Amino acid sequence: MSWKQATVVDIKQETARAKTFRLTLPEALGHRAGQHVIVRLTAPDGYTASRSYSIATPADESKEFELTVERLEGGEVSAFLHDELTVGDELEVRGPIGGWFVWDGDSPVLLVGGGSGVVPLMAMLRLARRTGKSELVRVVVSVRTPGDLFYADEIAGPETTLVYTRATPSSFVRPPGRLSADDIPPFAAGASAYICGSSGFAEAASELIIGAGVPTEQIRVERFGPTG
Amino acid sequence: MSRFTRGFSGRGRANRDPRLPPGQYDTGNSWPVLTAEVTPRLDTATWTFRIEGLVDRPTTWTWDEIHALPPSSYSGDIHCVTTWSKLGVTFNGVSVDTLLDAAGVQPSATHVLAFSHTAYTTNLPLADVTNGKAWVVWDYEGRPLEAQHGGPARLLVPHLYFWKSAKFVAGLRVLDHDEPGFWEQNGYHDRGDPWLEQRYQGD
Repeated sequence: MSWKQATVVDIKQETARAKTFRLTLPEALGHRAGQHVIVRLTAPDGYTASRSYSIATPADESKEFELTVERLEGGEVSAFLHDELTVGDELEVRGPIGGWFVWDGDSPVLLVGGGSGVVPLMAMLRLARRTGKSELVRVVVSVRTPGDLFYADEIAGPETTLVYTRATPSSFVRPPGRLSADDIPPFAAGASAYICGSSGFAEAASELIIGAGVPTEQIRVERFGPTG
Repeated sequence: MSRFTRGFSGRGRANRDPRLPPGQYDTGNSWPVLTAEVTPRLDTATWTFRIEGLVDRPTTWTWDEIHALPPSSYSGDIHCVTTWSKLGVTFNGVSVDTLLDAAGVQPSATHVLAFSHTAYTTNLPLADVTNGKAWVVWDYEGRPLEAQHGGPARLLVPHLYFWKSAKFVAGLRVLDHDEPGFWEQNGYHDRGDPWLEQRYQGD
């Protein structure tokens, strides 16, 4: 699996702290929803810094894909991507990586994401919507405030439950609070669960999902470390 | 040789710690948790560790029995494939040599498959878990190993990327062939030497 030279074709401010980078490659990445890529930065003297970022889009006819990256204070790679990278720049990527936290759009799933953990789940939701399989997917997204919600103009829909832990939009009925059992929507029997977020979120969400009846062995977890 | 990235100079590299393998950064006091499964809550009252497969005496130890073996510790560095390293850490437990010697490894053995109390597995050449290179540990910096880090006990193979150090380890199956484990079936390198950057298949 070799390094590929991607070109930045679009940069969108996703939230105050996150940007979505649309990249294009000479050949399609050929990834599965949920996979990630490695981004490598190389200084003129050969020094490199690499980080993993989840792909936010499913594979399609284009050779393009999107990464949504949160800017971490002091993060060597995320700060560079946010502060320096511009449309037209080249970026080395490698992937797709990971054969576990993937969904191919053919079985019922319950997706639970906390904060930036929504990124690989968004690839799955987008795949479901594109292929007319929305009925297979239920997604629960937990964020602190409305301003922290990624894909805010797209993510809402019949598949989606939004949970705000600190502050809600003005019209929102549910008061702010942590994800609880009441937030888990009805899901299809036999569904697998995909949980992505910080370690603390993943632990709490795992307990809720087990409580909701998903067997432990049908739960796949991706925990985000502080990868700067 | 990679092409350089416009505008990137890198930071902190003048002070780069020589203990860091290529492509790794020092995570400092934090210890990221990257587990692909639900964290199990294992009770040490019923916990076991087993050596099986190509051994003369397949052996199962209870929590108390494994603690009665000669203690062994590791002080040094650990390296995760997701590019963080944690420097100067200390774990206490028992050497895998002690466990394998008790079971009596047969001459035809070449590899082990470590298996966990979850469905997790990871494969290792026998040479990577013998001669003082691997431990089963239950103590981190003088305190019980937390469940999120693989407690009550995990495998520790610190000279390889940390996915080889199976959390919630339940035993080693001694084999006369290589048998890819969980991540090795999912795109990761078979051996995982951080100094050779053996991260993914084909590295």
